[in-house]
Amino acid sequence: MARVLVVDDEPNIVLSLEFLMEQAGFEVTTAEDGEAALRLIAESAPDLVLLDISLPGIGGFEVLERLRGDPAHRHLPIIMLTAHGREVEREKGLALGADDYITKPFSTRALVDQVRALLDGDT
Amino acid sequence: MRDDVVVLVIAFGYLALLFVIAAWGDRRAEQGRSVIGSPTVYALSIAVYCTAWTFYGSVGRAAEAGPGFLLIYLGPTLAMLMAPLVIRKMVRIATTHRITSIADFISARYGKSAGLGALVALIALVGTTPYIALQLKAITLSHAVLVDYVPESPMATAEASFWTDRSFWVALVLAVFIILFGTRHLDASERHEGMVAAIAFESLVKLAAFLAVGIFTVFVLYQGPGDLFRQVAASPALTDALSLESVPGGALGWVGMLVLAFLAFLGLPRQFQVLVVENVDERHIQRAAWLFPLYLLVINLFVIPIAMAGLLGGSGEDPDSFVLTLPMAAGVDGLPVLVFIGGLSAATGMMIVETIALSTMVSNQLVMPLLLRSRHLHRGHSGSLANRVLGIRRVAILGILLLGYSYHALIGDAYSLVTIGLVSFAAVAQFTPALLIGLYWRGANRLGAGLGMSAGILVWAWTLLIPGFAQSGWLNADLLTQGPIGIDWLRPYALFGLEDWDIYTHSLFWSLAANIGLLIGVSLFSRASPLEQTQAALFTEALHPRLDQTSLWRGHTLRGELRALLDRYLGTAATQRVFADHAPDDADDQSASTALVARAEQALAGALGNASARVLIDSVVRGEALDLDAILRILDTTSETLEMNRRLEQKSRELARIGQELREANDRLRELDRLKDEFVAMVSHELRTPLTSIRAFAEILRDNRDLTEQRREHFLDVVVRESQRLSRLIEEILDLARLESGRLTLEPHRLDLAALTRQALDAMHHPLEERGIALEIACEVDTAEVIGDPDRLEQVIINLIDNAGKFADAGMPRISLRLTRHRRGFRLAVADNGPGIDESERERVFEKFHQLPHPDAGTTRSRPRGSGLGLPISRGIVAHLGGRLWIENDCDLGGACLVMELPEAPAISPTPPDMLLSQ
Repeated sequence: MARVLVVDDEPNIVLSLEFLMEQAGFEVTTAEDGEAALRLIAESAPDLVLLDISLPGIGGFEVLERLRGDPAHRHLPIIMLTAHGREVEREKGLALGADDYITKPFSTRALVDQVRALLDGDT
Repeated sequence: MRDDVVVLVIAFGYLALLFVIAAWGDRRAEQGRSVIGSPTVYALSIAVYCTAWTFYGSVGRAAEAGPGFLLIYLGPTLAMLMAPLVIRKMVRIATTHRITSIADFISARYGKSAGLGALVALIALVGTTPYIALQLKAITLSHAVLVDYVPESPMATAEASFWTDRSFWVALVLAVFIILFGTRHLDASERHEGMVAAIAFESLVKLAAFLAVGIFTVFVLYQGPGDLFRQVAASPALTDALSLESVPGGALGWVGMLVLAFLAFLGLPRQFQVLVVENVDERHIQRAAWLFPLYLLVINLFVIPIAMAGLLGGSGEDPDSFVLTLPMAAGVDGLPVLVFIGGLSAATGMMIVETIALSTMVSNQLVMPLLLRSRHLHRGHSGSLANRVLGIRRVAILGILLLGYSYHALIGDAYSLVTIGLVSFAAVAQFTPALLIGLYWRGANRLGAGLGMSAGILVWAWTLLIPGFAQSGWLNADLLTQGPIGIDWLRPYALFGLEDWDIYTHSLFWSLAANIGLLIGVSLFSRASPLEQTQAALFTEALHPRLDQTSLWRGHTLRGELRALLDRYLGTAATQRVFADHAPDDADDQSASTALVARAEQALAGALGNASARVLIDSVVRGEALDLDAILRILDTTSETLEMNRRLEQKSRELARIGQELREANDRLRELDRLKDEFVAMVSHELRTPLTSIRAFAEILRDNRDLTEQRREHFLDVVVRESQRLSRLIEEILDLARLESGRLTLEPHRLDLAALTRQALDAMHHPLEERGIALEIACEVDTAEVIGDPDRLEQVIINLIDNAGKFADAGMPRISLRLTRHRRGFRLAVADNGPGIDESERERVFEKFHQLPHPDAGTTRSRPRGSGLGLPISRGIVAHLGGRLWIENDCDLGGACLVMELPEAPAISPTPPDMLLSQ
């Protein structure tokens, strides 16, 4: 069973993503800040990360950058899921190596489809 | 009795030394290493002002008339203080116009008038020859004292015949010296470097000699100044003689003497020579302006002590000789000889410079114009006339010195040193109105200057010269007491009934009144020729920056004609130098440029004076000099240009300033724009967050009909709460927008802040309890009347409590609330037991959307997140109510402390409180 890590500091959003991913048949872990996210990735090596940008402490962009700089996680599928909707931010996310950049609020169906697509392509 | 031969050897040896110094100075100048290119040498050369009259006569005058002699030195001090203004302008003019003497200067100023130049030269000759005689008299006198002095016996000063009179031979040696060092160049406007070097040396010698006598008198003959003054004080007759009251003419006499010395200093030909003609650098004037007055002060330091000592001696010698007789009476060897040399240097220095100045005037202002008038000279083919001009000057030098000697030998004995000096001063003072007024008033013209000066010198002659003759017995003394043919009001010493003035002030007053009155009056009511107007403009505007670069000729002539003219008067070498700077390759049948014509006139002026130069140039140039209109145009355009430049500069500075302001405004706008973009981005971010939850759960609910009831309710509850959050957020954003645009509507009432706080606490009781926050309340006032909108103010208090809860310690959260009176208001402080807030963070707390970093994020999920707008809005509301809201540390609980301060409501007043808040 593929494992998805949800990183977000907004409890209700985490709650909704947790529900959506479990329902889609994935195992879900959650983190509410960048530091916890990096620790969990190192410990449990998830198959995909849903990553918010505005996080307490280490922000989403920095988490992404660190992961891409680490050979072990260079190909880890990462979807930026964020309320930052400006084009510059989207470009920055993709340039840093995110596999996708989805703006909140998002369509639940499209999100699940995209997660599935990335995990299928990966395996 | 001293050996005459020894004295003679020393005296003529000293003169020989002057030759060596002058030759050395000239050699250095030729090698390009000028010795006079120093402001100190310049100042020392000005000290030629101190002649034998100073050296011997000051003591004499002090002995007779008390401290009045000082005025003779205060006048020049005054003039030198003004030197950076007046003399600098004269030097600038003299350089531009190649001025050779004061006569040339005045002639050039008034339309290059030959007549005026001749008048000045004549007055100078008549006025200063006695002065030269005075120097010779001093030499004879001092020599006689030195050689024949027998204490306690009257002296014989008159010599049997001129060939046994040492001063005759001194005059002859000086003639040789001056001919050698004063007529080396035809161009009299060039510097006489060797001569100036010798003069500066002489100034040092006379100073040293005088100081030596002074120190000897005060410290050897007496035990210091205290001793001397005590002895004088013991004799009432002496104290009177040396007091201020003994100055002739009283206070008026003081003023008269000061003015006389001031004017003479500027008008004396030798002072003009060293101050203006020999000046090599305008900047030297700065140092001379204080160094020369200092020299005068030092050389006068011992005048009164020597006079006192001489009078105390009481042997009845001539006070003019005290300087010599004091050391001689004491029987000291050597010192009298030094004094004699000092006096000799003072006398010769004056004679050298005066004679050079006078000989230049005689040749350029008296002889040359006459020769030019006789056509045969002009047509002569004898080649260069330069040598003839120099020859005239050499003859003039000899003539002037012999004239001086004759005056001395024939009538010198009839006058005291002082009288001769002051009569001379009064004569040359007649130059200064034309000189000074002409320097600053463009309207002064030739006719006015000529008539003024003539009248002045006539009055001078009537009130000083002729009475002098009468006193000497050459004329009937009745003239003085009864006036000419009995006309009472024409008495020379009491003109127009003006009695009881001292004779010099009296003469100066009437002569200057006539002089200045005619100069101004005639100038106002007569027309000046174009050339006069041109020259007047050039002189008065001499310091105008661009004038000297302007070409002032617009006539036409051939280069060949000009070359021939210059060849004849200046010699081939000088002519070559003039042409070398102006297209030297052009042929002689080409026309000469205006610049070349101007340069040629300058070169001629330097040699022959301005008036003769103009006559000569006129003879070959067809057309005329630039007229006044053209000059004025040049001046106006340059001053217009200057004014324009100044305005342009001002405009561009203004533009730069406006540009800077615009840039700053633009920067501010950009910054505001950026802040607005950021704000919009933040608002959108904040709105998206609850919206995301709402949409996600709505879709989940839509797509999952089979959810358990419990989950369904949970999810629906989330949707409702997030919707509420969204509404709140929108409300807050709108509040903020209203606050910032100033459209927030408040409904101010008089209210009790204590009651309102209790009300807010009631509302917060439950949420605080839910979050486990302990609360302490301290209300130090029963009522706290303020003006405010109760709803808004409650919102603020709740916000403060809410934020304190967030700042509080995560484990054991505690907050305290304290309401106190502070000056004329109330403070509500909400403190917490959290970690406190860094100084740098304190103001940022009040920024929009600012979220405090959660130090313990990730460990507690119960902590609610705010919008980041509560505190900015609260601060805005408090500010609207006239209060303040800030955050500080060091409160009761050790954490941060939010403090709100509101002014107390005014004591019950009939006006509705909302009036106080209306905007």
